[in-house]
Amino acid sequence: MPERSIEEVLRLQAPQVLGALVRRFGHFDECEDAVQEALLAAAVQWPRDGRPDDPKAWLIAVAARRLTDRLRSEEAARRREAVVALHAPADAYIASDEPSDDEEDDSLALLFLCCHPSLSPPSQLALTLRAVGGLTTAQIARAFLVPEATMAQRISRAKQQIRASGGRFALPGDAERGERRRVVLHVLYLMFNEGYVASDGARLHRRELAGEAIRITRMLLAHLPQDGEVAGLLALMLLTEARSGARTGPDGALVPLAEQDRSRWDADMIREGTAIIADALARAPVGPYQVQAAIAAVHAEAADARDTDWPQIVALYEVLRRFESNPMVTLNQAVALSMAHGASVGLAMVEELGEDSRLGNHHRLHAVRGHLLDLAGDDSAARESYRIAAGLTTSLPERRYLQRRAQRLSVSKHLPREQAEIPRDPPRRQALGSLMGEDVGRERREQRID
Amino acid sequence: VKYILLIFNNPANLETAGESPDALMAEADELMAELTASGELIGGEALADPSRAKTVRVIGGAPAITDGPFAEAKEHLAGYCLLDCATEERALEVAGRWPDARVNGVELRPLMTPDGLEM
Repeated sequence: MPERSIEEVLRLQAPQVLGALVRRFGHFDECEDAVQEALLAAAVQWPRDGRPDDPKAWLIAVAARRLTDRLRSEEAARRREAVVALHAPADAYIASDEPSDDEEDDSLALLFLCCHPSLSPPSQLALTLRAVGGLTTAQIARAFLVPEATMAQRISRAKQQIRASGGRFALPGDAERGERRRVVLHVLYLMFNEGYVASDGARLHRRELAGEAIRITRMLLAHLPQDGEVAGLLALMLLTEARSGARTGPDGALVPLAEQDRSRWDADMIREGTAIIADALARAPVGPYQVQAAIAAVHAEAADARDTDWPQIVALYEVLRRFESNPMVTLNQAVALSMAHGASVGLAMVEELGEDSRLGNHHRLHAVRGHLLDLAGDDSAARESYRIAAGLTTSLPERRYLQRRAQRLSVSKHLPREQAEIPRDPPRRQALGSLMGEDVGRERREQRID
Repeated sequence: VKYILLIFNNPANLETAGESPDALMAEADELMAELTASGELIGGEALADPSRAKTVRVIGGAPAITDGPFAEAKEHLAGYCLLDCATEERALEVAGRWPDARVNGVELRPLMTPDGLEM
């Protein structure tokens, strides 16, 4: 087995070292800063001086020293302000009733703490990436395309908020566990979806987030192997990530599912994801992540869009709707229905959904309507819908894609079809299938649907 | 989600609204400090007076430069702020607290993101 890179070692150790420190000293927020400093110090010193024999002990020692310095200077500042230097009561972060040396529990407790419900999703993401993922503030800032100072503020504010709302470094009790686990899975899901199709310069740093989400979800599954939804989420991520190499063209343009070169899908990831979801469905109660993974698995096993088992996908969306009564799920089901039974069936559903105020102004509704009208041969109405969708989306690659679709219809309208310069490919039926990404449940990313 | 907050100015409105420019500025500074602390402010600048603007048009391959803004708008863009907020509701809340919103109104618009979803 090849030796792990220094960065891999640091990222792996980050939550362990932080857990050990918080357990010993309390003060989650100060410990977190101290560990970050120790990681940065290691990144500079290890390549120069060689790796220590026991990386974890080295990191704990350095972080503990930084922590003591921090606490001392804070203490001094407090004295200068002539505040009675009574020590704060026993630190709220320590789970005094659950003493354990189990490092794995530490990582899990950290993850639950970072996804504290008092934080907004962007803050949960940033803090999880730093405290559990071991990323530096600079790396996180690059991934979220904001200045480092802004990200540093956000992380420090997040830690203050956790403290203010009494967050504890401990696994939540049974009563709370279910809801907190739901938040953790949602945060990991959001992390994975960041930078899903990223263009150009942003791509590299944004894609890192998907890999980190997979790594943390793997860790979570190792701790909770019986949890079908954790397995479902990991499978969904793997089956989706398997397509990442095929969903942008050489010019960075978005390639829809139906037009993707499936030979470029990652077969190993598909195998692993399919095995995980098959196992989870066989033994655990079904949940929304498992259903979404199952849909992704049906796509993954098809040779092309035409070959896809659409009736099964329609049925899976029906199951998903039982968990999430969300118009975006219904919209995706409308596409699957069209693939199985013809465009008019789906169009009727889309029209109905347009009445829903949550979706009427959403670009995805208009994009789907455009594709279905395109399929039905109503060029001018399809073009109009594509244009509306292009105006509503805030994504550059999506806008480019939708504008191109609209333009393609304009060209073919003005020229006799056989002379059209831009061929009307892929075949319409395939173009429609392109809407069926693993976009089920992706509505969570879309603010106005929340 | 990233937004730009466009801040407009119309000196006439300032007088009728009975607001002092200094007080508005101080209030905006305070709000910016708060947004910096929360990690929501990405950046922002105030713009020079439109009398300092020059309009450049390329005519027949050569740039033609004229002084001033090309439209005789009474309102002009006075500054902008880049925000990164968790939700649109939060961004609207910030916009509503921007002091200039009481005088000339402010415009909030999402930025395009470099990534998207499979279609």
